[in-house]
Formats: sequence, C-alpha cells, structure tokens
Amino acid sequence: MSLDPITLTVIQAGLQQVCDEMDLTFSRAAFSPVIAEANDRSDGIYAADDGALIAQGAGGLPVFVGTMQESTRILIGMIADGRAAPPQPGDIYIVNDPYLGGTHLMDVRFARPFYRGGRIFCWLSNTGHWPDTGGAVPGGFSASATAVEQEGLRLPPVRLFKEGVLDEEIFAIIRSNIRVADQRIGDVKAQAAALLVGEERLGALMDRYGDATVAEAIAELRRRAAMQMRAFIATIPDGRYPASAWIDSDGVVDAPLEIRLAVTREGEDLRFDFSGSSPPCAGPMNSVRATTLSAVYLAMRHIFPEVAMSAGAFEPLHVTGIEGTFLDAQYPRPVSGCAAEVSQRIAEAVFVALVAALPERVTAAPAGTSGNFALGGTDPARGRDFVMYQISGGGYGGNAGHDGLSNGCSTIGISKAPPVEIMEQAFPVLYHHYALHEGSGGAGCQRGGFGLDYEVELRRGSARASFVMDHGRFGPQGVLGGGDGGVNRVTVWQSGVPHRPAHLSKEQDIPLAPGDRVRVQTPGGGGYGDPFRRDPEAVREDVALERYTAEQARDLFGVALTGSPPQVDVAATRTLRAARS
Amino acid sequence: MADPAAGAVVGVDVGGTFTDLVALDPASGRVRLAKVPSTPDNQAFGVMNALAAAGCDLAALDLIVHGTTTTTNAVLERKLARTGLITTAGFRDILELGRRTRPQPYGMTGTFRPLIPRNLRLEVSERMDASGAVVTPLDEDAVHAAAKRLLAAGCESLVIHFLHAYANPAHELRAAEILRPIWPNDHITLGHALLSESREFERGVTAAVNAAVQPLLDRYIRRLAEELERGGHRGELLIMNGNGGMVSAARVAREAAKTVMSGPASGVMAAAFTGRRSGLENLITYDMGGTSTDVALIRGAEPSVSSEIEIEYAMPIHVPMVDVRTIGAGGGSIARVSPAGLLEVGPDSAGADPGPICYGRGGTAPTISDANLILGRLDPAGFAAGAAQVSADHVRKVFEQVLGAPLGLDATQAAAAVIRVANLKMAGAIRMVSISLGADPRDFALFAFGGAGPLHAAALARELGIPRVLVPARPGITNAIGCVVADLRHDFVQTLNTPLDRLDPALLTEVFAAQSAEGARLIGKERVGLRALRHIHSLDMQFVGQTHLLRVPLPGPEIGRDAIQALFEEVYFRRFRVTLPDIRAHVVNASSSVIGLRDALDFSALIDPAGRKATLAEAQIGMRPVHFAGTWHDSPVYWRDHLPLEARLSGPAVVRQMDTTVLIEPDDRARGDAQGNLIIEIGAAT
Repeated sequence: MSLDPITLTVIQAGLQQVCDEMDLTFSRAAFSPVIAEANDRSDGIYAADDGALIAQGAGGLPVFVGTMQESTRILIGMIADGRAAPPQPGDIYIVNDPYLGGTHLMDVRFARPFYRGGRIFCWLSNTGHWPDTGGAVPGGFSASATAVEQEGLRLPPVRLFKEGVLDEEIFAIIRSNIRVADQRIGDVKAQAAALLVGEERLGALMDRYGDATVAEAIAELRRRAAMQMRAFIATIPDGRYPASAWIDSDGVVDAPLEIRLAVTREGEDLRFDFSGSSPPCAGPMNSVRATTLSAVYLAMRHIFPEVAMSAGAFEPLHVTGIEGTFLDAQYPRPVSGCAAEVSQRIAEAVFVALVAALPERVTAAPAGTSGNFALGGTDPARGRDFVMYQISGGGYGGNAGHDGLSNGCSTIGISKAPPVEIMEQAFPVLYHHYALHEGSGGAGCQRGGFGLDYEVELRRGSARASFVMDHGRFGPQGVLGGGDGGVNRVTVWQSGVPHRPAHLSKEQDIPLAPGDRVRVQTPGGGGYGDPFRRDPEAVREDVALERYTAEQARDLFGVALTGSPPQVDVAATRTLRAARS
Repeated sequence: MADPAAGAVVGVDVGGTFTDLVALDPASGRVRLAKVPSTPDNQAFGVMNALAAAGCDLAALDLIVHGTTTTTNAVLERKLARTGLITTAGFRDILELGRRTRPQPYGMTGTFRPLIPRNLRLEVSERMDASGAVVTPLDEDAVHAAAKRLLAAGCESLVIHFLHAYANPAHELRAAEILRPIWPNDHITLGHALLSESREFERGVTAAVNAAVQPLLDRYIRRLAEELERGGHRGELLIMNGNGGMVSAARVAREAAKTVMSGPASGVMAAAFTGRRSGLENLITYDMGGTSTDVALIRGAEPSVSSEIEIEYAMPIHVPMVDVRTIGAGGGSIARVSPAGLLEVGPDSAGADPGPICYGRGGTAPTISDANLILGRLDPAGFAAGAAQVSADHVRKVFEQVLGAPLGLDATQAAAAVIRVANLKMAGAIRMVSISLGADPRDFALFAFGGAGPLHAAALARELGIPRVLVPARPGITNAIGCVVADLRHDFVQTLNTPLDRLDPALLTEVFAAQSAEGARLIGKERVGLRALRHIHSLDMQFVGQTHLLRVPLPGPEIGRDAIQALFEEVYFRRFRVTLPDIRAHVVNASSSVIGLRDALDFSALIDPAGRKATLAEAQIGMRPVHFAGTWHDSPVYWRDHLPLEARLSGPAVVRQMDTTVLIEPDDRARGDAQGNLIIEIGAAT
C-alpha cells in the first residue's frame, strides 16, 4: 500500500463530511416533517461499479444503512442491461420500488452520477420518507393491503432531473397520484439540493487530494472496515447462537409470523441463517431482501457502533436462508410493514441471539415497534381534510450497565416525537394523558425501560383510525433470566364502548365520532438478568415513584415493601427470594 | 447618582479552573488583570481573591460585571434545589418522557434523570385547548393541596406548568396567586413566564431548570453582594446572562435559567467588541481549552443567538442564548490507533487531571498538547509547574510506542499526524457549525482564544479557507473582558403562528411596540451609563408545511406583508439556493431584542504600553526548532508583551505570553494593530 495512514484518515473524514453536509441540507430544506424533524432520510456515496457503500451521513436513519447500496447496485445493473435509461451529467434518478433495493414505497431514493474526467467516479444518493405516495390509505401504512398496488405509486428508476432540469411531465404524474401534493415540490428540491451540495463538496475533496489518491483511499478504507468488523467478531466465542422473534400477525391473517435465526461464527465471519422463518404472508408484514440485510447490519452496528460505515463492514456478515420466507418477499407482496416493524423484529432476533456471546455489549429487546397510529378525517371548523400520525416510542432493554431507557425511539429510527401541543394545534384532537406506561418495563436485574401511555379524543368532525403496530401479543424479550417487556395495547372507545382490535396491534379504518377516544400503551423493554438479583433499594425506588406496584415488586422481583412511602422489609424479602430458589 | 461610567469597571468570570478578572479605569485607560484558582464550593471567595490579586479598591469601583458557572454546574452535576411541579392532570410525565430520543444514533443504551423526580410531580384538574379556550376549569382546592404536599416533602422551589399556557396563561397566573401567600419564598416559576412558546417538554424543562437553580443562584449572589459590601463596594453589581447581555444582581435569580452558558457567551461578546474595534465584524470564535472547544458565529458584530440550546442529552433550555456550539476536542484529547489501524483523536480526554503526559500529573495517554510539545510548538519549560517533571524525551517515547509503532512512524511523524487529524476534525466541526447557521466560513475571520486556540488557529484557518486570524491581546481572559464590554439586553418572543397572508401588520407593530417598551422599562432600572438603546425586530418564518424555522431580521417594527414576503424569500434563497414561488409563507414567532449599548471603552492598554519594546529584535526571547509540514524550521520566539505596538512578523514564529502561545506558520504574516491584537494573514495553502 502506498497511501500513508494519515492521508487515509484525512480522506475518510473528508468523505464523511460530504455526507453529513448532504444530510444537513436535506433536513433543513425539507417540508415533510418526517424528513425535517424526524430525520427519516439518509445521504451517501456509493461505488460506480457495484454500488458498494463508500460513506454515509452519521445522522442518517439507521434502517437505510444497508438499503442504499442495494438500491444503487440494482440501478447500475439496470442501466447496464438497458432496463433504465443511460445517465448524463446532472441527471437524477428517482425510484421507490421496494423490490429494487428498497424498503416501503414511501422511502423515495434519488441517485445522481458523479462524473470525473468524463466518467462516472461514484454515485451520490439519498433516501427520504415522503408523507404520502398514494395508495389505499393516507401515509401508505395500510394494515390490510394484500398487494403492493394498494400501498401506493411504484416508480422504477427514471430520470426525474435531466441534465439538471426537473422533468415536469414525470413530476406531473407523481403529483396526480399522491396526497398533499402541493408541498412535494419543496421536498423534491430539497432532496436534489442535498445531492448538489454533495457534488460540490466531493469535487473539492478530489481536486485537493487527486482522483487516484481518493480512489485508492476508498478501496483501502473498505478493506480496513472489514478488518475492524472482523476484529470485533473475533471477540465472540465460537459457537452457534439461535433465537426466534415473532410478529403478532400480518394484519390480514391472524397468526404469528416467526423469524427464526441462528448466528454462527465461522472464523472471523458471522453467518445469519434465517432458514425456517415463516413463508411470505398475505398482509403487509413482509420484508424485502434489501431491508432484511439492512436490519442485520444496523443491529450489528448497534452492537459495535465503533465500526466505520462502509461496505467493508458488512463483508464479514453473511445472511442466508431468507429465500422463500417473508424476509425476502417478491412482487406483488405488500410490504408497508417491512421498514417500520419487521426490520425491528429482525434486530431483536440478532440481539437475543448474541446477548449470550456478548453480554457486556448487547441489551435485552427494545420496544421494537414504530407504533404507527394514523387518524384521517374532516375538520369542519377548518373546512378541510386532515391526516394525523402519532408514531410512538417505547422502553429499551435492560443491559449490563443500566436499566433500559424509557420512551426511546425505534431501533431503526432516530426521530423526535411531536409535542402534544403541536398536535392539538394542527388537528381536532385533545389528549387526556401522555404518561409513562406503568409496569411495562420487563423485570430484570437491570429492568427494561417503560413505554408510553397516551389517550386522545376526537373533538369534532369525523375520522377513521388505523393502527400498524406490533408486540401486542408478545412483549419485547427479556434475556439472561430477565422478563419480557409489557405488550403494546390499543383500545378504541366508540360512544363509550371499548373495542380492541382483533389483531391486537393492527386494524384499519375504525370510524370515530366526536367524543370517541383512542388509547395506546406502548411496549416496555425486556429485562436483563434475574430480577430476584435486582438491588431491593432500586425496586423500592421504582415503587416509590409509582412505576411498579408493591404487588409487582413482590411477584416480579421478590422484594417485600411496607408502609408509605415504601420501605424494604429486609427479612421478608430474604424469605421471598430464598423461596424461589 | 454619579455618572457610573466615570469610575472603574471590573469584569470577573468564574470558570471551571480559574477565576479571571479585568479592571479598567476609563479615565486613565489603566488596566489591571488577575487570574486566580476558582473556588467551586463558594465562587464568591475566588471573586474576592481575584479583586485582591488585582489590587482593586472596592470602594472606588462603580461597576462589577460577573459571569458565573453556578447554574451550569448545578444542572450538569444535578446539585439542585428540591423542586416540585404542579401540572395539568395526565401530563406529569412530560418531563421524564422527553421527545422520544436516544443519546446516540447507534447503541441501544442511555440513561436520563429528570430534573424533578416523579413523586414530586403532582397533577391538578385543569385544561386549556390550543386556542387558549378553557376546556376544564382550574381546581383551586387541588392546587392548594398539591402545594401543601410538596412543602411537606421538603420542596424549596416550585414550577407551575400547564398545557397551552403560552396561548392563555390564566390558570398558571391564578395558581400562582393562590400559592404566593402559602409558599414560604419567591421561588415559584410559571411555565409561560420565561418562554411563551408551544412545545410542552422544552417549555417545562426550561421552567424546571429555572426553578431548580433559582434558590442556589439567589443565595450565591446574596453572599457575593454581602462580601463585596463588607469590602467597601458601593457600586453596581451586574450578572452576565447567556444572551450576552447583563442584568442587575437583584433581578437575576428571577430568570436564573438565563444565566446558563453565561461564561461562553461573554467570550463571544468580547470577540464581537474586539472585532468591531479592529474592523473585522464577521468572526468565527474559536475557544479551545483542555477538554473541549467552543465555536460561535458573529455577523456584522452581532453574535448569533439561539433559543434552542440543549446543554446535554434531553436537557433543552429554550431561552435566547448566544449560540455557542461545543466540539469534543481540546488540548487533553487522547490519540490512539483503532483496530482498523487508523489514527483517531478524541473524543475522550485526559482532562485537567491527570491531563496530558507533559503536565507531569500522572497522565500516560498521548494527547494533542503532548504532540504540540514534541513538535516544538509548546515550550517544555512552560510545564515546569507539574508535580513530577516529565522530560520531552519521555513524551516522545510514549508517542513512538503507542502511535508510532502500529503506524510505522517515528515520534515526530506521529505527533504531526495527531495535530493534522485533530485540526481536520475541528475544522470539519467548525464548518458544520457555520453551514448549519447558513454561513460560508471563508467569509469570516477566525477569532482565536482560550489556552490552546491561538496554537491551532492558523492551521484551521488554512484548512477552512479562512483568510485571517485575530488573536486578541489577552486570549486567556477573554470571558472577563466580555463581562466589561457587554451590553444590557432583554429578549422577547411572542408566538403568532399565522400564514403571512393573514397576518395583521397593525397587530405585529403593536406586538413589537409592547416588547420594545418592556425592554426599555427593564433597562431603565439599571444604573449603568448607556450611549443608546437599540431595538432589533425579527420574525421566525417557514413555508406552510415546514417545521424548521428561519429567522428573518426586519428593518423596523412597521412593515407590510409584501416586504416581509420579499425578505423571507431572500433569506431562504441565500440559505438553500431554492425558490418556492407557489408555496405560502407562515409566520411563527415575532421577536424583539432591546439592547442598552454601553459607553465605549478603550482597551488599548490591555498590554501595558510601557512594557513594549521599540524593535522586534528586542522582543525576541529565543529561537527553537518547530516542526511544520514535514520539516523542522528554526523559529524565533517572541514575548507578546514586548512586541512593538504595530509589529510585523513573518512565519515561522512563536509568540508566547502569560496564558497562551500563538503559532505563526511558514508563509503566514502577522501584524499588531492599535488595539493590541495580532492579525495573522494566512498565506498560500501548503
């Protein structure tokens, strides 16, 4: 190798900076709050020949960590065999087809070839979650879709910008097929502006260090990322680590779906074998190949966050056995749940499998659902239709060092929740509470974090409520003797009569009248380690703070409390804890 | 009342390690300085020590302006007054649930401790809706009962925080009215009082911070005032706020949350002042210390102010503060080789204790400061104060073993690599800060201060394409100088939340007039010499459907909708290079800042004119080899205080002074200006 390690570091930082600036530009200029506030987007640089990840913005949504290189790889292949038009400088392709390296239809990818000396040196690409791409329900999360056509408009890779100019005809087709279309031009311009910033900054980097040096550095960084991942894999004891995780149901057929995983260390590589997982399902809880791979990658990155984000980091990770399962769904299977739900359950399976091997690094299962509640209706006071989304977090898993965090964002996300006050300004609703989901943290030596418990009332007009959530049947798994986190619970009051969805966490188009209410209690995180070994003082504090009841302290943790404020009854606690063993 | 500007003025800033003081006698222009150890348990002792060290006659001082870290430390260390919360039924957990986040994108762990524990957060029946209409009337008996319970639980301070109080504060006001007679002190904070904006978590945390530090700040300021009075002080005592303005000691505790970040803010105020006097009104301030680096932006001599500062994970304080961003790199940042065989610097730091190896306090990990030592940029003699003397050879040996061996470099090459990587990281972070504020760093000068800032500034400027660096006369006491030059300032925000085409211009003018009048009233109460009052008005705007806000400065309080539209489009285009002619504009907030501009002060004597030599040669105290860009250069070393007033230097050169070292690289040229600053012009890229 002729490159010195310092130049390598310098170019690595430079590439990272290019991506971070693209992320920042995209979020700040975007209209969709999903992008602007929730950062449901990602920007990166991909290899010209195979789309391999060169660098990706540090603030990108984790679920996109592996999908964008798949998407770019497939685009390059389609250009090569004539299925996509050949590129010119200044072109930007748009594509949202889930089966072409995507997630769900709402995640719209832009890709721009980056030219150097008349040839494509690499691709700049980004993904942004559009608030709507048409389909049966506003927002695209239909709990009961049975084919992708019901989920929205599907775009193959076409050049939305040709030599820098927006193709108004293609955009007109898109506009006619999506809801709240008037603001989308703002998002399109923001998404394109981010790529332009990337082009300028990457060009400056290459002018400074020379094309050959940058190319050499990219290749070397990829080798080194693989080396770094292998160094971490080497800390996993030899063995086969099995785990299973379950989806409540697919929204159409009320039966659980199993993710069956065995992780095996093979030298310095890891094999993730999903053989035996459930077959493709009728409803939208299918995953596509790119999302399944990405879910494994992001789970490993949660475990080893130190590893540089580059295609090299994924090279030692081999995913097998997904063919014929719901983790590799083919057209026209519906897929709206893949990024928001299935990917999180895949990550759960990875965590549960590897916690025995890496007890210091891996946590018990986190809440693992995006908690998607959509309310669409008419507001007579404003004389217009509205669509409200409440995406909620839940508890994180206990871990070797600490209890789980309460109300964290999803495993695959990094977004902030909207404030209650903003929701009430924008929509005809009134929240009755927004509180800790008491008792939901899975019992453990380090307990899980607590979920969220909210209740919201429709004040006027009429509306329909839809839910695409999960962990309603099975709580997030506890590990190493810890208990599962509390399950997700949805209750809808229509004229004062409570209704619970047949699929527990999924249902579509429940009609609401003024005064009707929706209550959602999101999952707590799984517990870590034997709850009977939890410090009784920590249990007492949780009861004093009304997170658990005294009965739960006794039954789940073997701690006897007396009085108010509660005190630990040391003798009775000793008896309780001795009696179990 | 005597003209306050006529007597001596003192600025005193309490930092984590040192308490810095500058005393200026405007009549004679004489300046006195002091730097003494801080006294964390009671910062007042450090302040008194500094006054004594500078030989200040307390009776002769008209004005003392004080920057304090009392409140910042209290929040970060959670050493807070016992505080209770009374809030809307159903919403007591808002302060604990936050906005559904985790501390880092990767790694499913994290901890968070709310400022007020759950058992001290009590609910009462009441509810407003988003329009400010009453949905549920206030249960006054419940308010009374809740306060009794909180008092019984030992609470000293109280927050009353109701949903939508920004739209209608009636219930908060009524609850306060009920409780004032029974609450034993003044420490009641109303949620809408500091921040009348929607977003219940941010408003609630801001109020909780205020309440939880108020009794501490109140006690501290009283103690300090007593000490000063006992020493004979009869003049005014003002306290720096995080917005870069100051308020009277008597009133500061009422809005205690505003004093968080007062230290960094005063440094930026000093930079704005210094830049204005030197004709450099666009500055990026760069304050590099032992563990971290603070960066801020100044445009047209006005520091950027933000109301969205988060001082740590999930701890937003939404009052206007000088927008100082912290980068996790300082002189103590540790260098290592990663498992991938790449050199990494930071983010962990050896801190001040044990500190870098060269401090001789037991540090064993190679740091940025150690690299500077190896490269001849720092003087080995400068570290003689260490408990155990550490030789430069020893530092070199560590670099060779820990970094050099795995990278195939010798000690010098390894040290140069550490500096290069560290500078690159800092430059990248500075670039992100400036572009996130819509600025191109090349349009700015770099204002370098802090212990390590002037050592790295020229290299960073070169990396960023910044044409010049300003090193002030006294980089190590910049914050204290900021106290002396700061203006009086009050900020106001009113949420309007209306599409621009429905905005009533008359109403807007009224809002601005009310904000101006209240600011003028508050400033009128201070006994400080002012040359003018300035009113700044702006709108926070967005396109309908967006969530991010863009601040649009207005030329005056009376302005029509078309003019606002044009200004907004201009600001938007400048930031994003995007025009959106078909989308309507939306006005979220109307803000005013009222600034009492202080009498101009003359700081040309910060470096004693009598100590300056006539020629450069006389100011030279030595010569030593310094490593730049791969080779050693014999470089002259100058003593800053001896430099002729308008000296001209060519790099390579080292300028030492009491509290820092300035590095002038080969191809760079430096000149002293009449204000005592050094201006380094960056030469061609190396």
